[in-house]
Amino acid sequence: MRYSEEFRDPQVAKALVARIHRLTENFEGAMTLMEVCGTHTMAIYRHGIRALLPQNIRLISGPGCPVCVTPVGYLDRAVALARRPGTIVATFGDMIRVPGSTSSLLREKALGADVRILYSPLDAVALARRNPGKDLVFLGVGFETTAPTVAGSVMQAKKEGLSNYFVLTAHKTMPAPMDLLTADPALQVDGYLCPAHVSAIIGADAYRPIAQERNIPCVITGFEPLDVLQGVEMLARQIAWGRASVEIQYSRIVKPRGNLKAQGLLAEVFEPCDANWRGIGTIPGSGLKLRERYAAFDAARALPVEVEPSVEHRGCRCGEILQGRIRPSDCPLFRTGCTPENPVGACMVSSEGTCAAEYKYGTN
Amino acid sequence: MCLGVPMQVVKIEGETALCEIDGVTREASLMMVEGIKVGDFVLIHAGFAIEKLDEQDAQQTLCLFREILAQGGGPT
Repeated sequence: MRYSEEFRDPQVAKALVARIHRLTENFEGAMTLMEVCGTHTMAIYRHGIRALLPQNIRLISGPGCPVCVTPVGYLDRAVALARRPGTIVATFGDMIRVPGSTSSLLREKALGADVRILYSPLDAVALARRNPGKDLVFLGVGFETTAPTVAGSVMQAKKEGLSNYFVLTAHKTMPAPMDLLTADPALQVDGYLCPAHVSAIIGADAYRPIAQERNIPCVITGFEPLDVLQGVEMLARQIAWGRASVEIQYSRIVKPRGNLKAQGLLAEVFEPCDANWRGIGTIPGSGLKLRERYAAFDAARALPVEVEPSVEHRGCRCGEILQGRIRPSDCPLFRTGCTPENPVGACMVSSEGTCAAEYKYGTN
Repeated sequence: MCLGVPMQVVKIEGETALCEIDGVTREASLMMVEGIKVGDFVLIHAGFAIEKLDEQDAQQTLCLFREILAQGGGPT
């Protein structure tokens, strides 16, 4: 048992697809299902899920790629920190190519800055320990799946008494943007495929207001192809039967209350703040910042740098793509002025961005 | 970014577990989980075990898949 291959059986996939077709054959109108997780975006494109579904099911991507929703100003500050003498900037790989106003971390690295790609924030703490003469800044980007790992790294650095470990945070939290998009009459989301590993932390109960108050069905869905198909089937059934509740397809990992220990780590280190989502704007209470007692670890407060004024790229329609309003092919830059080799917007840079996925796998 | 890999715990030392899948091993912090034993499957993300995999629930889902297959996508 490996808990991955077993969830990829093509025969079961066929049977699930047949069930979805049956459920929707007498349904009048279309069902619009939104996923809000970059890993779902990739899974849906990679496995060609759209091509398997009936025509009256429309899958759209929401603001689920944390790199894509990180504002330009944050990247500009990361670039300024990379230029700061005696500073190492460490990051997850996705961030390094995202263009800021006039530069990127990759460009700064080519110009001689010390920028490292790491797998774990704990590796960044170890790097700070090995480089006592330098300041190490880790870029804390990601939703509730990743934020507790960064919280854990800050607690580890505090335990070790390190004074050269800093975090530049742009963490964001999940149900808030879903609630906002649900209230938008132009979008008409009929059901949410809720994120798998964010929900492992926050728990299924976090989506109850969306189901109960907004009347939108929510199904927490895993990332394997059978998980996604079963999630779609569960959503289609709720919609066809006129119900709206929170269901857990990914029950092998996600529980109603989530991971309480991880929630405790988050609450110890971070507090909620208003956050700017690239392409969407400020959403109250949808971000995380370091608490006052951890201010010494906050790169934004402890390491002042001059940051250039932020400039958004003209013609880029990432904002509308992040809200599910248009598909990548509707953007005039897609495949011509904006490609994975020369990306203009974040949705093309991040490997989990909708534009990068559509470029790589095609429209299905 | 939220990708996680199910791995099996082969050794535990303090708050760190050595985990394995397909011959690949990797250390992971147990800071975010409780009551993990050698032999358990955990979901690894960014060097942390973020949740224990509920093997009973996984079997139930697989069992449901077998039923769906037996029905050939039949009654819903």
